[in-house]
Amino acid sequence: MAEIEATTGGTLALALPFIAAALAPILKRIFGAYAGWILALAPAAAFAILFSFLPTVTSGGVVSFGYEWIPAFDVRFSFRIDGLASTFGLLITGIGTLIVLYSGGYLAGHRDQGRFFSFILMFMGSMLGLVLADDLMTLFVYWELTSITSFLLIGFDHERERARRGAIQALAITGGGGLALLAGFILIRELAGFNSMSEILAAGDALRVGPYYLPIFVLVLAGAFTKSAQMPFHVWLPNAMEAPTPVSAYLHSATMVKAGVYLLLRMQPALGDTALWTTVLPLFGAVTLVMGALLAVRATDIKITLAYTTVSSLGLLVMLIGVSTEYALIGAVLYLIAHSLFKGGLFMVAGSVDHGAHTREIGKLGGLARHMPITFAAALLCALSMGGITPFVGFLAKEEIYHALEHGDAWHVMLMAAAILGNALMFAAAFIVALKPFVGKLPETIHHPHEGSPTIWLGPLVLGVLGLLGALFYETYHQLFSIPMASAAIGAPAQIEISWVPHLNLAFVLSLATIALGIVIYLASNAIRAATGGALAAIGWGPDHGFDQAMRGLLRFSFWITSRVQSGRLDYYMTVTVMVITAALFAPMILGGALPAEPQMPELRFYEWLVVALILVGIVAVVVAKNRLTAIVSLGIQGFGTALLFMLLGAPDLSFTQFMVETLSVVILALVMTRLKLSPADHRPMREKLPDAALAAAGGAGFGLFLLSVVQRPFDPLLSDFFERYSYAIAHGHNIVNVIIVDFRGVDTMGEIAVVMTTGLAVLALIRVRVGRKGLAQPDPTEATP
Amino acid sequence: MRTIIFRFTAPYLTALMVLFSIFVLLRGHNDPGGGFIGGLIAASAFAIYGIACGVAAVRRALGFHPMAIAAAGLFAAVCAGIFSVFAKSGFMTGLWIFPKFFGTEVALSTPMLFDIGVYLVVVGGISSIALALEERESD
Repeated sequence: MAEIEATTGGTLALALPFIAAALAPILKRIFGAYAGWILALAPAAAFAILFSFLPTVTSGGVVSFGYEWIPAFDVRFSFRIDGLASTFGLLITGIGTLIVLYSGGYLAGHRDQGRFFSFILMFMGSMLGLVLADDLMTLFVYWELTSITSFLLIGFDHERERARRGAIQALAITGGGGLALLAGFILIRELAGFNSMSEILAAGDALRVGPYYLPIFVLVLAGAFTKSAQMPFHVWLPNAMEAPTPVSAYLHSATMVKAGVYLLLRMQPALGDTALWTTVLPLFGAVTLVMGALLAVRATDIKITLAYTTVSSLGLLVMLIGVSTEYALIGAVLYLIAHSLFKGGLFMVAGSVDHGAHTREIGKLGGLARHMPITFAAALLCALSMGGITPFVGFLAKEEIYHALEHGDAWHVMLMAAAILGNALMFAAAFIVALKPFVGKLPETIHHPHEGSPTIWLGPLVLGVLGLLGALFYETYHQLFSIPMASAAIGAPAQIEISWVPHLNLAFVLSLATIALGIVIYLASNAIRAATGGALAAIGWGPDHGFDQAMRGLLRFSFWITSRVQSGRLDYYMTVTVMVITAALFAPMILGGALPAEPQMPELRFYEWLVVALILVGIVAVVVAKNRLTAIVSLGIQGFGTALLFMLLGAPDLSFTQFMVETLSVVILALVMTRLKLSPADHRPMREKLPDAALAAAGGAGFGLFLLSVVQRPFDPLLSDFFERYSYAIAHGHNIVNVIIVDFRGVDTMGEIAVVMTTGLAVLALIRVRVGRKGLAQPDPTEATP
Repeated sequence: MRTIIFRFTAPYLTALMVLFSIFVLLRGHNDPGGGFIGGLIAASAFAIYGIACGVAAVRRALGFHPMAIAAAGLFAAVCAGIFSVFAKSGFMTGLWIFPKFFGTEVALSTPMLFDIGVYLVVVGGISSIALALEERESD
C-alpha cells in the first residue's frame, strides 16, 4: 500500500478555508456582490488539491502529513487521507464551493453577509479537518469546532428568539455528545494505547476483543448519534432550520450531520461486527429512519420536510453501518454520496422557492414551474435521485441496500420492511418538495414569482446533474469515489459493479414496490399529514419538549444548589470555612496517627517569656473585650508580640513583614468595622456564642497541633542548603528570603501579586456597589477642602 | 482623629515613610527588606496621610488611581519575566548587568524590576482598599 507524504498540499487544503474566513469581511467590503465568487476560490482550490491525491487513494494508497503538537502526551496534529477521507473531503469542498456561490446570491444585500461567509468558511475548514484528521485529539478538536461554528450559523439571525433557541439546543446536544466522544477517545488512548485512527485500524481486533469495548462503544456512539441526529437526539436538526438556507443545505444535510456517520464508518473496522454493534445500530437507525420519514411527510414547511428526511436518511445510514456486512457498507457508502448530492440540491431548491415566492408553506405554493423553470428542473433531478429512480445515483444506492438486506431471517426482514417503508415515505417527501410547489395553479398570495440570480440556481442544478452523471458513468464513479470509500469502511478492498441498468431480481422488485408505495403516500399525503398531526397532538409530548423540560430542570437544580451553598451570610461562610479547615487539620493527624508527641518546655530567656506573656494578654483581651474595636486592637497586640518573637529568634524579614501586616490589618479591620452597621459589642446570648467559641478553639488547637507535629519531624536541610549555597552564586543576593521571592520562586510571586491585584479590584467593586445603592456616589463636599 | 498636631506632622511622616519604603525595597536583595515589605510600608504611609488629611488629598498626591499603580506593577513584573524569554533564556530567568555610573558599579537586573513590580502592586492594591474604606468614613 503506497503511503505518501504531502505536507505542503495537505496543510494548504486545510488552511485555505480558514484563511478565506479571515479575509471574508474585508473582501465583502471591497468587492461587494462579487465577494462570493472570489471566496469560492478557496474551497475550489482545496477541492483541486484533494483531487490531485485521487490517483494515490484509488490505487489503495494513503496520503498523510502532520506536525508535532504536544509531544509530552504523544498528541500530534496529524492527518491521513484514505478513500473514506478523500470522498468526504471532496464532497465538503465541492459542495462547499457551490454553497459559497449560492450564499453570495441568496444573502445578497444582507447586512452581515461578510460575517456569514466567515462563519461558513470556518465551518468548512473544521469539517475538512474532522474527516482528514488521524490523531484522535486532532479529530476531537475539529469535531468540537464544527459544533461551535454550527452554533454560530444556526444563530446567525441572532435577533430572533427561535434562532437562538435552535442554536443553543444544537450546541447543547452535539456538544454534550462531543464530551462523551472525548471520554471515549481518552479511554482508547489511555487504556488501549492507540493515539490515532491509523494505529486503531492497524491493530485490527484489539479494541473489539479488549476489556474496554463496552464503555468505548457507548461513548463513541453517544458522540456519533448526537451529531448525526439519531432518535431521540434528532430534535436539534429540525430546529436548526432556523439558519439561513445555505447553512441547512450544507451543514444539516450534506456535511456536518454526516460527521457521526463518518465516525461510525471510520471505526467500523475496529469496533464493528460485534453482537452489540449489529443490534444497537440497526435498532436506532431503523426507528430513526421510519419516524423521521413519517414526520417529514407530516411537516408543512418544505424546509422542515427536508430536515426530517435528512434525519431519516441518517437513520438509514446508521442502520446499514450497523448491519456491518460488505454489501450493507457498500450500500451505506453509495447512499451517503447520493444523499449529499440530492439533499444539498433540494435544500438549495427550497431556498430558491422561498427566495422567489416568499413562502415555504406547502399549502401556499403551486404553479411555480412556468416562472422558475431552471429551479424546477434542478428540483426534479434531485428528487428523482432521492426517489431512487434510474438512472440516478440514488437508484444505485437503493438497489445495493435492498441487495444487502435480502436475507431470510426475521431480523433482516424487519430491517428490510423499515427500509422499504422509510424509502417510500422519503420518495413521497421528495416529490412533495420538488413537484407540489411547481405544478397546479399559482395561488394569488404569491406575487411576481421569479427565478433568482445564476448563483442561486447553479448549485442545485450542478448537484442534480452530477447525480445523473454519476449513475451514467458508473464505472468511473465507482472507481474514483465509491470503491476507495467502501474499502476504507470495510477494511478490505471492495468490489462495486452496480450499474444504472436494472436487472430483474428481488432488489429491483422491491424497488418497484417502494416506488408504488411512495406514489400512494404522495397522493394521500394530506390525509397522512392530518393523521400523524392528530396522533402527535394526542401524545402531546416529544423529545423537543423534553429538551425544554431538561433545561428547565437543570436551571431549577442549579438555583437550588446555589441557594443552598451561597446563603449570602458572612457568619455562615466563616463557620463553614473554619469547619472545613479544622476537619482538614485533624482528619489526617487522627486517621494517620500523626498526632504530635508531648512537647518539651522550650528554654527561653526571660525577655522572651515576657513577649509570650504579652501575646497571652492580647489573646485574653480579645476574648473578654466588651467592645469589637477593642478586640481588634487587642488582636494587634498578639500579632506584634509574634513579630517581636520572630525578631528575637533571628528572622528579621519575617518579623518586619509581620509588623506591617499586623498594622495594616488592624487599620483595615477597624475601617471595615466602622462601615458595618454593627452594634459596638456582641450581644448574642451564651448558647449562640458557645458553638462559635468551640469551633474557634478547635480550629486553634488544630493549627497548634499541626505546627507541633511539623516541628517534631526531623529537619530536612536539602532546600535550605540549596538556597544558602546558590543564593549569592546564581542570583547575586545575600538576602535568601528575598531571592526566593523574586527569583527562585518568582512565578509563585507573580501569581500572588496577581491575586493581590484581583482582590483589590473585587473589594473596590464591592464598596462601590454599596455606595452606589445608597446614592453616595457624589464626591463628599467636606473632602474637597481638606 | 484630625487633631492639629497629627495633621501637621502627617505629611512629613508620610514623606519619610515613603522614602524609607523605597530604601527597604532597594536594599532587599542583600539585607532584610524587599518589594513586599516596602509596599506595605508605603501603603501604611498613605493610609496615615488619608486618616490625617482626607482621602481626596491622598488621591491628589498619588496622581494616579491606586489600582492603576497596581496594574503598572503587575505589568512591570510580567515584563521582567518576559524579557528573559527574548534573551533566549527561560521565562523568569534573572538577567543581570553591572553598568558603572560615575565610577560606582550599579547592579541592575530583571529580579529588581520584578521586585519593583511587587512593590507597586502591594502599594496600589492595599492603598486602594484602605482609601475606599476611609472615603465612606469621612462622610
